[in-house]
Amino acid sequence: MAEQSEAKQDQPSYEPKIVAFCCNWCSYAGADLAGTTRMQYPPNVRIVRVMCSGRVDPAFVLKAFTLGADGVIVAGCHPSDCHYINGNEKTATRGDFLEEFLEETGIEPERFRIEWIAGSEGQKFAKVIREMVSDLEQLGPIAQEGA
Amino acid sequence: MTKNERVGAVLVIGGGPAGMQAALDLADSGFKVYLLETTPSIGGTMSQLDKTFPTNDCSMCILSPKLVATGRHENVTMLTYSVLKKVEGQAGNFKVTLAKYSRYIVEEKCTGCGVCAEHCPIEWSSAFDRELAPAKAIYVPFPQAVPLIYTIDRGLCIGCGICEKFCEAEAIKYDMDPDIEETIDVGAIILAPGYDVYNSSKKVMYGHGTFPNVLSNIEFERMLSASGPTEGHVIRPSDGDVPKNIAFIQCVGSRDAQTPNTYCSSYCCMAALKQAVIAQEHVPGLKTTIFFMDTRAFGKEFEEYLHRAEDEYGVRMFRNNRIAKVQENPGTSDLVLGFIDGADIEDETFDMVVLASGATPPESSKALAKSLGMNMNKFGFCETDELAPVDTSVPGIYVCGAFSGPKDIPDSVAQASGAAGKAAALLSDERGKLVTKKEYPEEKDVTDKEPRIGVFVCHCGINIGSVVDVPGVMEYASKLPGVVYAEENLYTCSQDTQKKIKEMIDEHDLNRVVVASCTPRTHEPLFQNTVREAGLNKYLFEMANIRDQCSWVHRLEPEAATEKSKDLVRMAVAKASMLEPLPQPKIPVTPAALVIGGGLSGMTAALEIAKAGYEVHIVEKEKELGGHMRRIHHTLAGVNPQETLANLKKDLQDNTNVTIHLGETVEEVKGYIGNFETTLKGGEEIKHGAVVVASGAVEYEPTEYLCGQHPKVIKQTDLGDMLAKGELDAKAVAIIQCVGSRNEEHPNCSRICCSTAMANALKIREEHPETSVYILFRDIRTFGFAEENYNEAARQGVRFLRYDPESPPKVRADGDGIIVEIDEKFIEETITIRPDYVVLNAAVHPNPDNKDIAQKLKVPQNEEGFFLEAHMKLRPVDFATDGIFLCGLAHSPRLIDESISQALAAAARVNTVLSKPFIEGEGVVSVVDEEKCIGCGRCVDLCEYGAPRLEEVSPGVFKSKVNEALCKGCGSCVVECCSRAIRSKHFRSDQIITMIEAALADDDEEREAKA
Repeated sequence: MAEQSEAKQDQPSYEPKIVAFCCNWCSYAGADLAGTTRMQYPPNVRIVRVMCSGRVDPAFVLKAFTLGADGVIVAGCHPSDCHYINGNEKTATRGDFLEEFLEETGIEPERFRIEWIAGSEGQKFAKVIREMVSDLEQLGPIAQEGA
Repeated sequence: MTKNERVGAVLVIGGGPAGMQAALDLADSGFKVYLLETTPSIGGTMSQLDKTFPTNDCSMCILSPKLVATGRHENVTMLTYSVLKKVEGQAGNFKVTLAKYSRYIVEEKCTGCGVCAEHCPIEWSSAFDRELAPAKAIYVPFPQAVPLIYTIDRGLCIGCGICEKFCEAEAIKYDMDPDIEETIDVGAIILAPGYDVYNSSKKVMYGHGTFPNVLSNIEFERMLSASGPTEGHVIRPSDGDVPKNIAFIQCVGSRDAQTPNTYCSSYCCMAALKQAVIAQEHVPGLKTTIFFMDTRAFGKEFEEYLHRAEDEYGVRMFRNNRIAKVQENPGTSDLVLGFIDGADIEDETFDMVVLASGATPPESSKALAKSLGMNMNKFGFCETDELAPVDTSVPGIYVCGAFSGPKDIPDSVAQASGAAGKAAALLSDERGKLVTKKEYPEEKDVTDKEPRIGVFVCHCGINIGSVVDVPGVMEYASKLPGVVYAEENLYTCSQDTQKKIKEMIDEHDLNRVVVASCTPRTHEPLFQNTVREAGLNKYLFEMANIRDQCSWVHRLEPEAATEKSKDLVRMAVAKASMLEPLPQPKIPVTPAALVIGGGLSGMTAALEIAKAGYEVHIVEKEKELGGHMRRIHHTLAGVNPQETLANLKKDLQDNTNVTIHLGETVEEVKGYIGNFETTLKGGEEIKHGAVVVASGAVEYEPTEYLCGQHPKVIKQTDLGDMLAKGELDAKAVAIIQCVGSRNEEHPNCSRICCSTAMANALKIREEHPETSVYILFRDIRTFGFAEENYNEAARQGVRFLRYDPESPPKVRADGDGIIVEIDEKFIEETITIRPDYVVLNAAVHPNPDNKDIAQKLKVPQNEEGFFLEAHMKLRPVDFATDGIFLCGLAHSPRLIDESISQALAAAARVNTVLSKPFIEGEGVVSVVDEEKCIGCGRCVDLCEYGAPRLEEVSPGVFKSKVNEALCKGCGSCVVECCSRAIRSKHFRSDQIITMIEAALADDDEEREAKA
């Protein structure tokens, strides 16, 4: 712990970057509601809107990490709430695969989250972002090979 | 306009899920709709719910798209915050006077930004949050309100003028006239004013309003909502502690002879189960207990929900309990309840109590009845007939939703579509006359043109501008690749800015437009419309959400918010430069329908479609129309429906639009919405644009209770026949309920049997007063007004004996006679009766033909074998596949009036398809690159909408092709395609990747420059 906080002090400018893929119907609506109800969360996330979380290709997640994202979120409707009947089930399956794959490549599990966020859960959206930013601040940047 | 001319417009009163559905169905079928709502926003009671049973769907998630669709429909004029004053005229031509209350806000100017409410110094208790949370004197009822226009409550406003000072849109106008009268002409009126929640504080023994920890069900619902007063935290109002155990008391203000409300409110049992389950999910370790009389889990898949609540969540259930009183421990505010547990009387202490406050007629009902001159029933709900469930006593005025009796959301929505169908049939000659079809200029060809992007950055008054450096963002945007023009606006959504955007598109020859403002979920259609008006394809537009997802959530970090805004604009511009114009496919429609099944539902649906002016084919496998209805001789109201059935048959035979195919079944169905081609077994081919599945159900053939072995053991339908012929000769009749339902194989309730038992029992007692009637039951589920029949049966001396499924009644032969033994659960004794007949109330089971029909139409069934609708709450008669609808017993067991409502609903939904010469599809669809496709069929298996199909392009070579008419554009298939052959238009992989790149691009130069 002590080492980590020292490390943090050494890099006061470290601002983790998060890319979040949000489905149009639930999670993006949840992110909007966080705004409507003026919940505050750290400004580290950039949302890419897709119609369904089932549209999120694992390649997008990997691409985001390759391009320097410190964390990636794929957010969709709660199980059984999917606007497209079961797109989110596909998301869940791919998420399992991604989690394993990322772990093998040495990317910490905290850096990738699949989240079910409803249109009424502005608070949950804000909480997820807060948690992830805090996790990423603890972890620091992704270790470069040979570094 | 002369008196006899009909008007192609309809007034819908009430903006809840029922009113919205009726409005949308009519507006989509070529009628002008006025939607009148007393409160400032549409949404109704459903907008206050957290979750909905039995799927635990988030209520607002499913409601909100409907709100938006209603709010922006070009043929729906919303008259919110308005009341009905006077109605003159007759069916086809009503003159309606209404009063529009003043919001003290210029509606056209208010952007809904909310700065006014933030600065309003007056706090009061929010009606929407059932007074559990504060609200301001200038308010919207809830964040997703439609229209999103603020309202000043002049009763609370102190006129300080602060809001006026902060409103940069200059929308606030204190000196507005208090209300304005308006008159409109309509051909029909649909009543959907909903219901009110019973004021539980009238039941003083429960302490609601006195004991802080006693809440009504709707208050508790707000507490469970993540956007509610406690943000979804279940806490005791007395001390903010998290409760460890909660008691639910059922039947508060319904089924209650101490109140005028002796009817059952129908939904409270399921609502309590849902609340118990959800509360346990919110609070780990929470114990919940429900005190009830009968569990009324009578709907589709409800019984399974009940089992899950009991078995998986451990919700404790105490039957046969009407709690006498709630006592409070004044020191702890804990609550003590006395209840019966079997033979014992117990006391238990609870941290909180939730009252199942029932449904009462809406406050407006008396005034409505008076101005419309229609009949109300003795409880103050709108009077309807079992065989005409959407008709009021006044021709041309129809009713739907809880106003005609307490009911849940899907039944309300179905009835709403049904009412819309009736109105559409009445006004069929006027269809299309009053609706507006917007004309757009021809689209400019932008193919092969370099992107010329215009960026419009919004201040949103001070909503964005006070946090984000808007001029800085605009300056930044202007230098991004492809951007040739950028400007900032006070409100980009205002009328004058729309004009400006169009001018700039012309002046700078823009071929892509980006608006950085609020959320595309509410505003994208507005801006898409604007660019369309300027000759650009609507898909050449992109939004950056720098308000809801930036300035509002990073208010204390203006610099970071500005950086984020720049990133979001950069992402939007990057995507914009890769946007392509997308055609919206125009799918021609064959104006004819196919109805599968010629029972009551199929016949009703067919006749209504024919009346609306379309060709209909009814396919019935038997040689005669009528289905089960032919064996019903008296309804719950004591009416013989055979005359109605005969009339229905005659109307169909006489209607030139109707072709009846008897003794026929469907052999093959090809095609999609608007363009089906069906071949019947006999070889006939039918072209049609829509399908209604009304294949009915079957009566279970019991093998238990000596059925089929002893002549005195008969089925309920046999009893009905016997009564109709006057052949019943018996001293005693024992009716056994739940035969073949609510068991392991068929877990769900058959819904109709309790009412049928009451109808038969009352008939026996009326015609054969010497005959004793015993009803052997598990729960009596006479929901809604059928509770009256239950009460009447009890008054008429029908004896009710309750058995447990663990020890069902024993029926044994005694020579020609018969002996029934029952472990009676009220008195906990074994009772022996010697009836002359044992009548089995056999379950409603799914039609075995459903499987075949499901395969041919490629529509789903549920586990039991009934058909599965597109959405259990809000799309009760639609299949997920467009153009195919369902109704009646094919959907699930239901009563006659419910089947008729659904049949009318299916007809109305069919009208929305057939009323258009062609259907305009969405541009956001998937397309297959035939070169890359290997024809594996993975996408075909995956798609729930049946959009991709394999086509044989050359012998033995199959390629997938996506039917644009069926594709919903979710893009799941794109990811699953192993040969990367599918592309999702508007959400192409390269477009998404460019956004990721833009999101993560390091603006090192800029950062260095700053440092």
